[in-house]
Amino acid sequence: MNAPGLPRLQHILASGGIAAVGLAVAWISYTQQPSEAFLFPRLISTVFVVLAFWTFFKALMGWTKVGAGLSGAMFMRMAPGLAVALVYVFWAAKALGFYTAGTVAFFILLSLYDPAPLNSAKSWVKRAIITAGFLAVMYGLFAMLLKVYTPREVFF
Amino acid sequence: MEFIYYFPEVFSPVSFALLLVGTVGGLILGATPGLSPTMAVALLIPFTFQLEAAQGLILLGAAYTSTVAGGAVSAILLKIPGAPANIATTLDGHPMAQTGQGARALQLSFLASAVGGIFGVLLLIFLSPLLAKWALAFGPSHLFWLAILGVTIIGSLDSKSVVKGLLSGCIGLWLATIGFDDIMGAQRFIFHPALGGGINIIAALIGLFAIPQVLTMFAKGRHRTDVEVIAVEKHSVIDAIRELMRNKRALSIGTITGSVIGLIPGVGGQIAGLVAYDQSKKFSRQRAKFGTGHPEGVIAAESANNAMVGPSLVPLLTLSIPGSPTAAVLLGGLLIHGIFPGTDLFVNNPDVAWTFIDSMLIGQVLMLIFGLYVAGLAARVAQVPQYVMAAVVLGLAVFGSYSVQSSIGDVYVMAALGVMMYFLERFGFSAAPLVLGLILGPIAEANFIQGSMIASATDGLGAYFLTGTLNILLIGMVIASVAYSAWMELRARRFLSKEDLIA
Repeated sequence: MNAPGLPRLQHILASGGIAAVGLAVAWISYTQQPSEAFLFPRLISTVFVVLAFWTFFKALMGWTKVGAGLSGAMFMRMAPGLAVALVYVFWAAKALGFYTAGTVAFFILLSLYDPAPLNSAKSWVKRAIITAGFLAVMYGLFAMLLKVYTPREVFF
Repeated sequence: MEFIYYFPEVFSPVSFALLLVGTVGGLILGATPGLSPTMAVALLIPFTFQLEAAQGLILLGAAYTSTVAGGAVSAILLKIPGAPANIATTLDGHPMAQTGQGARALQLSFLASAVGGIFGVLLLIFLSPLLAKWALAFGPSHLFWLAILGVTIIGSLDSKSVVKGLLSGCIGLWLATIGFDDIMGAQRFIFHPALGGGINIIAALIGLFAIPQVLTMFAKGRHRTDVEVIAVEKHSVIDAIRELMRNKRALSIGTITGSVIGLIPGVGGQIAGLVAYDQSKKFSRQRAKFGTGHPEGVIAAESANNAMVGPSLVPLLTLSIPGSPTAAVLLGGLLIHGIFPGTDLFVNNPDVAWTFIDSMLIGQVLMLIFGLYVAGLAARVAQVPQYVMAAVVLGLAVFGSYSVQSSIGDVYVMAALGVMMYFLERFGFSAAPLVLGLILGPIAEANFIQGSMIASATDGLGAYFLTGTLNILLIGMVIASVAYSAWMELRARRFLSKEDLIA
C-alpha cells in the first residue's frame, strides 16, 4: 500500500511516462538502421524498459514508497516562476536579447516572490536596484570578462 | 614524490589568483543555503573555458573544497547547513554559537576541516599513482564494466530507491547516445535540431543541478525567512589550536572516517559527517554533552566532510569513476579540456594532474586562513533571500549554458533537462546517477564497440566480456553494489516510518 497521502495517480502518470519513453527508445533502437550504430542503445534500452515497467507496475499496484509527488499548492506557488523561466528561455532570450530578457525576467521574478508589500514604493525601488545590480554583474562577467557574444538585443 | 615538482605552478600569478578566487568564492557560496557544492562547481565550469586545463581545475577544485568547509558557517551561525555535508555540524555548532561561542565553533570547524582536508589530499597524492598504474592493465571490456560500475554504484548507493537510481542511470546512458554515432555517423534520437550535436555535458550539468534548486525555491512561494545571524565575538586562534590538540580522538575519528568513506564511490560528505559524529560520540568520555554544544561534535563532523574531498577524487582521477556528484561535475570539467582520467592523466598530462592536486593542498591552507576572516561576511551573504538567489541562479544557468559554445540550443537543452529533473526528483529519481550515465555513457559505448570488434575476431562477445578475472571481479562488484543497496533499502523500510521514506 502507498504511504498515507501519497499521490498514487501522480506516480502512475510519472512512471507511465517514463515507461513510454523507454518503450519508444527500445523501439527506435531495435528498428532503426544501421543496426551497428544502435548496438549500445539496444543494450541500454532493454535494461531501461525492464526497470521502467517494474516501476510502473509498482505504481499501479500502489507499492511506490519513495517520492513525495507534487501537491497542488506547491505547484501553484511554483507555476508563475516556472512560466516566467520558460518564456525567458524558450522565447525572450532569443527574441529580445539575453540581457534585456534576463533583466525583465529577473525583475518579474523578484516582484512575484518578494514578500514585501506590492503597494510600497520603497520595495519597488529596492527591486529595481537589485535588478540593475544583477544586470551589471552579468554584463561584467559574460560580456566583458568572458567575451561571450550573445544575440543582438532588441533595444541596442 | 613527483607532486613536489609542480608546486611552483600553483604559485604562478594566474593560478594563485584563481586559487584565491575559488577559495574565497567557495567559502561564500558554501555558506549560502540552497547552493550545494555540486551546483556551485557546475555553475563555475563555463568560467574555465578560456583558462588552461590546470588553471580551470584549480578554480573548480578550490571551489569544491571551500564550499564544503563554508557550509559550516551557516550551519553554526544560522542553523542552516550550507550543504548536506554540514548537517552533522549543526548539531553542536549552533548550540555553541547560541551560548556565545560562535567564533570558537567556527575556528574549530575550519581548523578541523584543514587537518581532515590535508590528510585527504595526501591520500589522494599517494594512492592515485598506484591505482593509475593498476589501471594500465585494463582493456576495453574492463573499461566498459568500470563505466557501468560507476553508474550502478552511484545509482544504487545515492538513491533512496535502488530501482529508481538505476533507472536514472539508464536515462543518463540513453541521453548520452543522442546525436551522431561516432563510427557509422548515423543519426540517433535527434528529435529536435538543438540535439544535432548531442547533449552538451556542461549545459546538462548546469540544468540538472541548478534548475531543480531554482524551482524548489519558487515552490516555497512568497515566503519570508527571517533568520537570525548570531554575532561572532572574538576568540583566540591559539586557544582554538590548543583545544583541537586536546581533542585528538574526535579529530582522528573524523579524519579517518571521512577518508575511508570518500574512497567509496557514491557515498557523499553527508554520510561522512554523520558517521564520524556518531562514532566520535560512541568513543567519547563526554557523550552526554553531544548535541548540547560540544566541540568534539564540530571537530568530528567537519574533519570528516573535508577529509572526504581528496579521496573522493581517487577513483575519478585513476579509474574515471567519480566518488561523488561533485566529482562527476569535475569529470565534466576535465573532459571539456580533452583530458581523460586514468593512466592518460598521469602519463600524458602530469602537469595538469599534479598542479591540480597540489593546488588542493595549498587550497586547504588558504581555506583555513580566509575561513576565519570571511565567516562573518559569508554569514551575511547566507541571508540573501531565496527568491533573489533563485533568480540569480536562473540567470547564471542561462548565460552559463549559452557561453559553452554560443548555442541557444544548449540553453533549451539545459532548461528542458532541468525542468524534467525537478519533476523526476519529486518522484524519487536522483540527478547524480543520471549525470554519471551521461558522462560515462560515451566511455562505456566506445569501449563496448571496441570490445565487440575484438570479440568478433577472437572468442565471441560472451567470452570477451564475461570471462577473465578482472571482468568477473568488476561484474561481481556491480552485482554486489546493487544487492547491498537493495538489502539496505529493505532493511531501512523495516525500521523507518512510511513518512520518513517519502520525505
